[in-house]
Amino acid sequence: MHIPDGFLDAKTALVTGGLSAAGLGYALRSVRLELPPRRVPLLGLAAAFLFAAQMVNFPVLGGTSGHLVGGALVAALLGPAAAVVVVATVLIVQCFLFADGGVMALGANIFNMGLVSTFTGYAIFRLVARVLPGLRGQVAALAFAGWCSTVLAAISCAGQLAWSGTVAWRVGFPAMAGVHALIGLGEGAVSALVFLAIVRTRPDLLPERAHAGFAPAKVREFVVLGLLTALGVALFVAPFACPWPDGLESIAARLGFAHREWTPLITSPVADYRVPGLASPGVSTALAGGLGVLVVFGLAIGFSQLVVQKPARVPANSR
Amino acid sequence: MMALFPQPFAPADPRRFGPVSRWPAAMKLAAALVLVGGTALVPANWSAWFVGVAVVLLAVMLAGRIAPGPLLLRLLALSPFIAGVALAAAWHRSGALDWRIMALRSGLCLATVILLASTTPFGELLAVLRRAHVPALLVTTLALMQRYLFVLGDESERMNRARASRTFNRSRWLAWRTAATVVGQLFVRASERAEHVYDAMCARGWR
Repeated sequence: MHIPDGFLDAKTALVTGGLSAAGLGYALRSVRLELPPRRVPLLGLAAAFLFAAQMVNFPVLGGTSGHLVGGALVAALLGPAAAVVVVATVLIVQCFLFADGGVMALGANIFNMGLVSTFTGYAIFRLVARVLPGLRGQVAALAFAGWCSTVLAAISCAGQLAWSGTVAWRVGFPAMAGVHALIGLGEGAVSALVFLAIVRTRPDLLPERAHAGFAPAKVREFVVLGLLTALGVALFVAPFACPWPDGLESIAARLGFAHREWTPLITSPVADYRVPGLASPGVSTALAGGLGVLVVFGLAIGFSQLVVQKPARVPANSR
Repeated sequence: MMALFPQPFAPADPRRFGPVSRWPAAMKLAAALVLVGGTALVPANWSAWFVGVAVVLLAVMLAGRIAPGPLLLRLLALSPFIAGVALAAAWHRSGALDWRIMALRSGLCLATVILLASTTPFGELLAVLRRAHVPALLVTTLALMQRYLFVLGDESERMNRARASRTFNRSRWLAWRTAATVVGQLFVRASERAEHVYDAMCARGWR
């Protein structure tokens, strides 16, 4: 999902750069105020951990394998503000040391993977863990949050590419959302398994506030990061996801190059995210999305039942 | 380390490249930002700009007596995504956007960043950031990440090797669970190391 240089135009690069500078600046300030000095080196080591964890392969079908992305996992382990700093650090090092992801696209990459992915991952994790009780609930919540954060980051990326006029929305959205709906299943499962492994070996490393309520500073942090995420999504995704012909399309039609339509690369079972038999594309896209979310939520709960057995049935040496 | 970063991906040792690695890092970073920013954002018909950037990059390579082989290899290893999108764009023949210009932009930017990374030690770039009043917490985090990146990478490789020597005939499900346990253990070790690092930083008068 690392956007390279040359894929974004000036306005997208500027807006994403501004949004992620604001988000990262706020997260840094918030971390500096609330993190005890003893935990400061943990940020750098968590970033190194995330990078090394991305090197561990998880075998998928055939000879292929995938790896963790980790926004939701880091947010669940360290809290939202620290997670923004950690993921942004990883992206900066990947950009300048490994030339992975563009310099002008750094803002967009930090926005998608550092802000959208960590914030939505954290928010969904906390919300679902509050509804579902116990360790099973936390595992199910993180599995679901991992999937949601991956898909939302991919949709935001597709929105930026469409806003730049690089990849049209009707090609980019189904391709990115479809592929990452599959990748997200693995991401959710791996995040939950890693979280479970940490809970079982060193539960003291996790923030205790998983049970406590929000402190006022936390609420402010939550609201600011949430607003930035929402603002970005409103800018990049809403113009395209709305059922009326969007600005870009009507301009294209007026300028007369609407006939240069792109055809999708992959046709999915629910083609173009539309449930067949429904007239309005907006409504059926939303329905198909909602259906997918419900199915994944069910999968996450089933997964947690499968992974977290009754305590007596887990032998100590199975770790 | 070899297994973790196969040669084309591994960052080259910046001290190898004679004169260019001794140029001031701030100048190199600023020049790279101007080149990348311009290449990514100038209108597609400014062909003089693209030629100019290519000439500058070649001149730097000549001045630093940098062998083009390893750099080209890294460029190729890093560009499958660019190639993929360029292919898709070529396939769809969208007239609005020329895929060749896009691939050219991405390739030139990538070459600039690779050249910067392979002639400038990361520590010098961090010193530039510190002087430019980037928040200290971010610079510290970047420095610690760069320091422990390879340590934790080695550690995860060791754990994987140890795991592979003990388990066999694994099902895919078991492979996932053990890999997840390795990652979880890696986080535990990183946290423990962070405690030691904090003690060492305090002993040396940090804060």
